[in-house]
Amino acid sequence: MDEMERGETKMTRKAYYARKIKRATQLLFYKRHMKPGVKGWELKNALGSDYPKILKVLDDHLEKLDLQVKTVFEGEEPAGKPTLEELNKARFFITLRGGLPSKDAKMMGWRIDDIAGLATAISYIISKKGKAPREEVEDLLRSKLPGWRVDINMNRYIRSGYLAEDENEQLYLDWRTRAEVDQKALVDLLLGTES
Amino acid sequence: MSNKEKKLSSERLQRVIELCKSVEERGVDPFAVDVDDIIATLQKYFPEWESTEEMALDAEAVQYLASVIQNQGDWVKHRSTSLYTDPFLLEEKIQRLCKEELATLFTTVWNPIIELEQISIASLAEALRYWNELVPISERWQKNGPLQVAAGATTWEELVRLKILAEKTFLEELEAFWKELKQKVGENEKILYWDFVGADTYSETIDRAYLTSFLVTYGYATLELHPLEEEIFIKPFTKPKSELSDKRMISVPISVSSEEWMKWKEGRQR
Repeated sequence: MDEMERGETKMTRKAYYARKIKRATQLLFYKRHMKPGVKGWELKNALGSDYPKILKVLDDHLEKLDLQVKTVFEGEEPAGKPTLEELNKARFFITLRGGLPSKDAKMMGWRIDDIAGLATAISYIISKKGKAPREEVEDLLRSKLPGWRVDINMNRYIRSGYLAEDENEQLYLDWRTRAEVDQKALVDLLLGTES
Repeated sequence: MSNKEKKLSSERLQRVIELCKSVEERGVDPFAVDVDDIIATLQKYFPEWESTEEMALDAEAVQYLASVIQNQGDWVKHRSTSLYTDPFLLEEKIQRLCKEELATLFTTVWNPIIELEQISIASLAEALRYWNELVPISERWQKNGPLQVAAGATTWEELVRLKILAEKTFLEELEAFWKELKQKVGENEKILYWDFVGADTYSETIDRAYLTSFLVTYGYATLELHPLEEEIFIKPFTKPKSELSDKRMISVPISVSSEEWMKWKEGRQR
């Protein structure tokens, strides 16, 4: 009887997690707000306070599809294991796990000029400790791209959430860059190229 | 410190503020600011400041100096992270690579967000329900022209009833109110504010408080305040005093809230 009870409990737990993972998938994949992704507190309301565990299980499932659950924290990334409060304020996304062949980026509406411009802008801002005047970034882009394209692209990067601009025309890296781009890997790759 | 020296010191402080602002707003190197020298300057000038403008300028300089120190801390923190790299080297690398190479490099470290949009049967059904209930735009955005009314005549009594005109002029009303005050006061010379202003209804109390404020302002009466006992008395003058306008006037705020009116009414009933 005990074994049967244990078996039933195991099935109930499995069914519980299966239900929660389905719900988490719906919340994370489908766009609900202006920005993609879901806030931690929304996941807590929908899935319960053990949502980090559910997201870990979902992440394991997504690995087979080369996808992952990505967490972007409010402010600086915590040094150690994040607390539940920090997770509640963070934003969760589904992103590609591996890289993307550049020819596939075209299918996502990105021309090679656009991606190169974005890479340049992000790298330059990283090299300037996370803040650079817009004018300097635009001058750098104009060295390789036509001026009219630079203007259009800069606005696009800001609108999409890759870059942010303050009232003093200083550019910063915004939420989408933090979610999508491995900044350290980008800098290492750039420095690793032969001059 | 003479006025000329004070002016020079203020200008010096303004220059300090501009320098500190340039660090925050234009990305000037925070270590270009000699913090020790500026602190010594602020310490030297601080005992001479007297006016609030001078104190405010000093406080502003301290605030912007604090932000420069914070920027210096952030610089050191950034240097110690793995993201630090020589900006000139990075810029040189970016300049040498062609667009295709840059794009290829970027896509290897780029993990775009996956987001889907999809309509469901339930949301379509709700949208159709909303559509059926929605009033046509021609009805929602109807432009109503001005109402056409036939011109006619009215009487003075009708205008008084509609409160467009007053039965008496304001001054006549005020003088009648003043006479009422003098009658109520009698030989006592004064009366408690609430005993005069209070009425059976709250709206009438407000009207009486409004008129009382004009009695005092126009010199028909005065207020006597006893703050320790929390009492206010009104004392009517036998004749309106016009020379009050030559004297310094002060304002006395008196709360006539519904709670206070209720409290007064209950006290009167007891």
